Parts: sequence; structure tokens; C-alpha cells
Amino acid sequence: MIEYIISKYNYWMYIVLILIGIYAMMAKSNLMKKLIGMCIFQWAIIFYFMSISAKRDATIPIIGGHGAHTAAVHAVDFVNPLPSVLMLTAIVVGVATTGIALALLIVIYRKYGTFEEDEVIEEIKK
Amino acid sequence: MISEQFPALIVVTPLILSLFIPVVGWWKRKLCLPIVLAALSVCMISAVGLLNMVQQHGVIHYRLGGWAPPWGIEYMVDHLNALVLITISFVAILITIYSKDSVEQEFPEHKIPTFYTLFLLNITGLLGITITADIFNLYVLLEIASFSAYAIIAMGDRGAAFASFRYVIFGTIGACFYLLGVGHLYIVTGSLNMLNLAELLPNLYYSKVVLVGFAFILLGIGIKMAFFPLHTWLPDAYTYAPSAVSALIAPLMTKVGAYAMIRVMFTVFEPNFSIGLFPITSILGWLAAAAILFGSIMALAQKDFKRMLCFVIIAEIGYIVIGIAVANRTGLTGAILHIVNDVFMMACLFSVAGAIIYKTGIRDIYQFRYLHRKMPFTMAILVIGALSVVGVPPLCGFFSKWYLILGAFEAKNWIFVVVLLISTLINAILFFRVIEIAYLEPREPGHAHAHAHNTGNPEGIKREEAPLSMLIPMFIIAAGIILIGVFSGEIIARVIKFAIPATL
Repeated sequence: MIEYIISKYNYWMYIVLILIGIYAMMAKSNLMKKLIGMCIFQWAIIFYFMSISAKRDATIPIIGGHGAHTAAVHAVDFVNPLPSVLMLTAIVVGVATTGIALALLIVIYRKYGTFEEDEVIEEIKK
Repeated sequence: MISEQFPALIVVTPLILSLFIPVVGWWKRKLCLPIVLAALSVCMISAVGLLNMVQQHGVIHYRLGGWAPPWGIEYMVDHLNALVLITISFVAILITIYSKDSVEQEFPEHKIPTFYTLFLLNITGLLGITITADIFNLYVLLEIASFSAYAIIAMGDRGAAFASFRYVIFGTIGACFYLLGVGHLYIVTGSLNMLNLAELLPNLYYSKVVLVGFAFILLGIGIKMAFFPLHTWLPDAYTYAPSAVSALIAPLMTKVGAYAMIRVMFTVFEPNFSIGLFPITSILGWLAAAAILFGSIMALAQKDFKRMLCFVIIAEIGYIVIGIAVANRTGLTGAILHIVNDVFMMACLFSVAGAIIYKTGIRDIYQFRYLHRKMPFTMAILVIGALSVVGVPPLCGFFSKWYLILGAFEAKNWIFVVVLLISTLINAILFFRVIEIAYLEPREPGHAHAHAHNTGNPEGIKREEAPLSMLIPMFIIAAGIILIGVFSGEIIARVIKFAIPATL
């Protein structure tokens, strides 16, 4: 059992991070903490994608240098580049989300003077 | 030939032009609206051209940058998304014209370029989601559409910023679950292209990874389309959004989510996987039935007209998912037809709500009294939209509901039939309440000589109709509701029949 857990530790890490993120988003009443939870959640997925591309004893996927055309290329020697590329996009998306959320928080704070969810809701109802 | 480039043009034109709007708008504010219209006209022409080509030559595969799939990104157009593309670009053009006056009233002048940039970016995202055949590309475009929606909703008044923040949180959870599901499928197949996945996946259908990936993708799309237990962000966000924004986003965003759900369930996965291996269709069906009842009953409890329509949307999403969940040809025909119909019906009702707010500032249904004297044309359009949602023939809402009920009959699922009929009744109560308040004038029993009693005298109410730039798009949408209803047989025979997977 323990071996099973350890052998797949990267997946356990991302599951734990996702759960922390969801807990923060759902249970915390402070909007800033919700935002932090959202960031943890996004990063967990980025870690997940990065971990699936990693291989033991592999190098960066650039084929070239001496004798590149003569020696056979083994996929085992190289890290899968595609998840990294996908995650570059996902990081950009994540930064944009955080940016929008922070901008909204600034507006909320200027309007209502607080980050507490229930206080904001009370202010809106007035 | 330019027609070969239609699939790219339909996304690239609005994307690039939306980036030009802030620059041009800084120089001349009046040019923003024509740029949006020009971009959307290109989309509309391309969409019609694409449907034409699909009908003549079959499915179109377009390789972006000439890279062959599964390495490159592929755009694919078949009957299903050609229909959705036309609907999106047509309604978007009308709402753009409609938005002119309401935007000028609601925002200070320097915000107009920002507004139209976000407006066009949102439409870009929606068109992109519809046309792409790459599941990761779908995620990126989903986020483009969502980001512009977050920002543009937050431009509204009162609680808009807070509602938008909640939408950001929920939307991000949805997008992340979708991405996680894509990751699961990528691990086992090594592909992101929908058609390539469809070839690779059947051998792996018993793999737990695929099942979990499928569930995550549906969960993500479910949040984005505000499917019943995941709908909590929708009512606030769409109620507080500026009028023109809710008239654009409310009809389109959720329906494009429904389209993505059909695409994943019936193109990426085979129908017999989505239906057979996993009790997903029965789960979806029961949730959809709950969504319909919940949405309709909650709508009854609302006083704010826009908020009431938001709950109607939740119910309408339930209709579409019930059509998907009964999983036979008739039900799916109803679901696809209902996507198109609902875009028109919701665009009609939300633009009416916007016009009423523009002219009178009234949001509360109980203050609608005498409105048919003030705004006779707007109220006539409201009646058309309302009757269509209730499902009165020959308006379009009747036909899609008819197919959904027939589909439920075929699946021998009597409870779905009952739910659909009950919700029709609730919708009738819902909208006749509004129509009654707006049209029937109260007779004051204490004053037999009403003519002597001057307060509340209906003759004294002046006509204050919405401006023509709002009325004409609303008229066209209302005419669309009638025409789609009358020609729904044609649409099904020529387009939707081919959109349904052959194995179903």
C-alpha cells in the first residue's frame, strides 16, 4: 500500500493541492483567501501536467549537435515537450485569471471597504 | 480561394479587430461600433459560406498553419457547428446594433472602446469554441470567452463586481476540471485532436483513466454552462451585468457550453460509450429534470424581471441536457434545435428587459403596469418571446419541446415527459403573470366614476417607445423566433438530421 502511494507520489501531491485549493475556495469567507485557493488549484493542475512529461535520465527535447543526422533518436532520452507547451498557455491563462480577480477585488474593496464575503453581501443588499 | 480560408477567418477576424478597437477608439470613439459590425459581418458571411460548403461537400477539415493533425490544430466544420456558428454570429450582429444606445446611456464615453473590445473578444471565444476540433484549443478559447465575460459583467452597477468575482471563482474551477480531464485523456492517448481521440479511445474505454477524464470534462463543461447543481454563479452575474451584456452573454455562453457537451459526448467519445458503459446519461437526465423544476419554480419566486429570466435559462439548459440524456435521435434533434431556439428566445427576452430598463429604469415585474401603453412594440416582442418559451405553436419553442417530449416517450422515460409538461405549465404561469401585469389595467372598485379620478389615469400615460436602433434588432429576433418555428421542419431535414451521429 505504502509502495503504491510512493510510486505515484506526483499524483498524490496534485490531489492534495487541488483539495486544498477547493477547500479554500469553498469554505473561506475572505475573498482574498478564495483567490489564493484558486491559484493553488490552478498550479496543482500545472504541476500535474509537468509531472506526466518527466522521465528519469531524460534531457531537454532538442535534437541536434554532433552527428544528429546519423545517430538514431530515442524518445526515451527526451522529455515530452508537449505538456510543457500546453502549460505555458495554461500559465498565461492562470496569470490572466489572477489579474482579473485582483482587479475585481480592488473594485470590491473600494466600494464596500471589506474582503469578508458576508459583509459584502450585506452591503449589496442595503 | 477565400472560401477555403473561412474557418480561419471566422475566428481570426474578430480576434484581430478586437485588438484594434482600443487604438481606433482612442482616436475616434464613434468608430468602435462599425468595427465590431464589420468583424461580425465577416463572421456571418463565413458561417453561411461554411454551411453551404458543408451541405455540398461534407465535413470541412481546416489545418491551421498547414500542420497536419494530430500535431497541428485542426478546425472542423460539420452540420452541427455550422448551424451554431450562424446562430451565434447572427444574434451577435443584432445585439451589437441593439447595444449602441444602451451602452451610451450606461457608461461614460471613455469606457466605450473597452466595452466593445471585450464584447468582440467574447464573441471570438464563442465562435472559436464552436469551430475548433482540438480539445486543448477549446480550453483556451473557453477561457478567452470567460475572461471577457468576467470583465464585461463587472462593468455593471451595484453588485456586479462581486457577482463577477464569484463567476471568476466558479468559472476557473470549471475550466481547471476541464483541463484536468484533457490531461487524463492525453496521458492515455497522447493526442489532443478530437477526431484522432475518437479513433484511439475505443480500445481504452474500460480504462479508469478515460472514465475519470470523461467525468472531469463533463463536470468542467457543466459548471461553464450553469447546469443545475453548478449554476449558483449565474443568476447574480447575469442580473447585475449591463443590459447589452446580458442580452449577448445570457443567450450565447450557456448554449455554447451545451454545444461543447454534445461535441464531447458524441464526437470525442462514441455514443455507445457515453450511453452504455457508464450511467452518465441517466445521471445527467435526472439532474436535468431537477434543473428544469428548480429553474422554473425559482423563476416564479423572483420579482426582478432579469433575475427571473436567469432562472428560466437554468431551466432551458435542463431541457437541452434532457434531450442529450434520453440519447435517441429524436431527443438529440430536440436538443440541437433547442440550442438554436433558446439563443433566439433568450436574446429576445433579455433585450426586452434591457429596453425596459433603458427607457423606464424598471426591473421589478410588479411595476410593469401600463407598460403596454408606454412601450407597445417592446411589449409585443415580449409576448412573442414569452409565448415561445411557454411553447405555443407556431413559435420555435414549441417544436424543440415537442421533439424533446417525443424523445422522452421513445426512451420510455415517463417521468421526463411529466417534468417537461409540468415545466410548460409553470412557464405559462410565469409569463402570463408578467403579461397580465403589463397589459391588464386595474379597475378600481372604490371609484365607480373612474373618469373623475385622475391619478393613475391610463390616458395620461405618454408613449415612450425604445429607440429604433433597439427596436429593429428586437423585431428581427422576434421575426426569427416565428420563422424558425415555421421552418423548423426544413432546418431539421436539411441540417440537424446530418448533425446527429450515425450510430445513435
